[in-house]
Amino acid sequence: MKRVLVANRGAVARRVIRALRALGMESVAVYSEADAAMPYLQEADHQCLIGPAAAIDSYLNIETLLRVAREQAVDAVHPGYGFLSENADFAQAVEDAGLIFIGPSPRWIRLLGHKTQARETMRALGMPMVASSAVLEGDAQELQRVASALGYPVLIKPAAGGGGIGMLPATGPHDIETQWARARDMAHRSFGRADLYLEKLLEEPRHVEFQFLADRYGNVRCLYERDCSTQRRHQKVIEEAPAPGIDRAALDAMSTQLQTILGGLGYDVIGTVEMLYTPDTGFSFLEVNTRLQVEHAVTEQVTGVDIVAAQLRLAAGERLDAVLDSVPAPLGHAVQARVYAEDPVRFFPSPGMLKRFEPPAMSGVRVETGYAAGCRVSSHYDPLVAKVIAHAATRAGAIDLLERALSEFRIEGIKTNIPFVMQVLADADFRAGRVSTGMASRVVTATREPAQIS
Amino acid sequence: MSKLETPVAGRVLSVTVAVGARVAEGDTIATIESMKMELPVEAERAGTVAQVLVAVGDEVDEGQVLLELA
Repeated sequence: MKRVLVANRGAVARRVIRALRALGMESVAVYSEADAAMPYLQEADHQCLIGPAAAIDSYLNIETLLRVAREQAVDAVHPGYGFLSENADFAQAVEDAGLIFIGPSPRWIRLLGHKTQARETMRALGMPMVASSAVLEGDAQELQRVASALGYPVLIKPAAGGGGIGMLPATGPHDIETQWARARDMAHRSFGRADLYLEKLLEEPRHVEFQFLADRYGNVRCLYERDCSTQRRHQKVIEEAPAPGIDRAALDAMSTQLQTILGGLGYDVIGTVEMLYTPDTGFSFLEVNTRLQVEHAVTEQVTGVDIVAAQLRLAAGERLDAVLDSVPAPLGHAVQARVYAEDPVRFFPSPGMLKRFEPPAMSGVRVETGYAAGCRVSSHYDPLVAKVIAHAATRAGAIDLLERALSEFRIEGIKTNIPFVMQVLADADFRAGRVSTGMASRVVTATREPAQIS
Repeated sequence: MSKLETPVAGRVLSVTVAVGARVAEGDTIATIESMKMELPVEAERAGTVAQVLVAVGDEVDEGQVLLELA
């Protein structure tokens, strides 16, 4: 592997380009017309225009990406996260072209990308999980029967979904049918298919996920867990490692069990097993992400492992033992905030020109971004403009440091969610490690109510 | 005559009313896709659609007028 096409944009493209350079590999960056002025393009060895701003015509255009791969004579393709990173057709097309896909083989995407199939496979291997149904037709009688058997509240979920889109709760027999109809319409609009199923809804769970690296020779290793409970609209906002307030022995037992399950499957790429956790129910399986995660950096900070470099070397065929001879015990605590271009109260998107963009520069703080002053944050792409990661000896120290870093981040020209993140970081429950997926919306509601009264 | 503007820049995903249609306050009259999110645009008051100024697929800027209500 000597020359790699980076089929993505923004912070992850820059991160992969950096890792390639460090390993002495050449990088070929791609960009849409909207991204021609992005600063990271110059950090790559080669740059190729792949089309107009709309992602469907550029970053999602398989034909164009493969043409560029051929013309540039690359021998591998890194898909980053989002866009085509979990698209089986793309993975297949890259393999068919005789290139290395630095990501999951099409079989993993097909097996794990469909929620109910993945659940059945994992359940058979002994994965703990809450009760759920198969894909249902939506017949009213059947729906009522299955939902009652699971026990309310239940969550209606699209089987082919992702990104938290199209999931709706039903609290009882009175709203299951109307919520089902709404969820079906949303799934159809968002994913082009309306396959839905029911899952027992856990109240106020935590989102805890385990990071894995695996090689092609049957070796799987866990790089501990991350807590990503602070979310808005089912999307992560604050991520941290290690997970606060859960017994280390319980976490280690879970990671060992997962390692055995993934090893049993023959899993052979980077991956993250996402789980829900409550003190009463313990861990329950959510899904496997077969790619690099947005929040990989918190794990890198506490373990000292360069996950992207490891992913590249493993894809090139190196053995896990050579890449990572042992997993170091986690050192200190790391917390990441995702800075989104959005209104901090209503979470409305806020695209626009970055008139000023000065990330904080301080010891213990790492910033990952694809942007610079003068760049336009386009409405065509997701609203993530930067990730700010603070690493300190203790969780309280990392939170303090992240607060300082965010307060020094100067951004003008767009609205960002930094005021919202600051509220969460100052919240007593968050500070005490009492995190859950419902916490962020409580913080927002608490701060909005006085404004509505006055 | 009142103008209905989009609160965000993005792409017009749908326009749910045509010239001559009666709309009530709060009715969704269009959907804008921005940063991978779908955002409904609602009528701020009741009226009759006098003119539709955008079509599905158009790129719109923040504050751009989508339609006029009489």
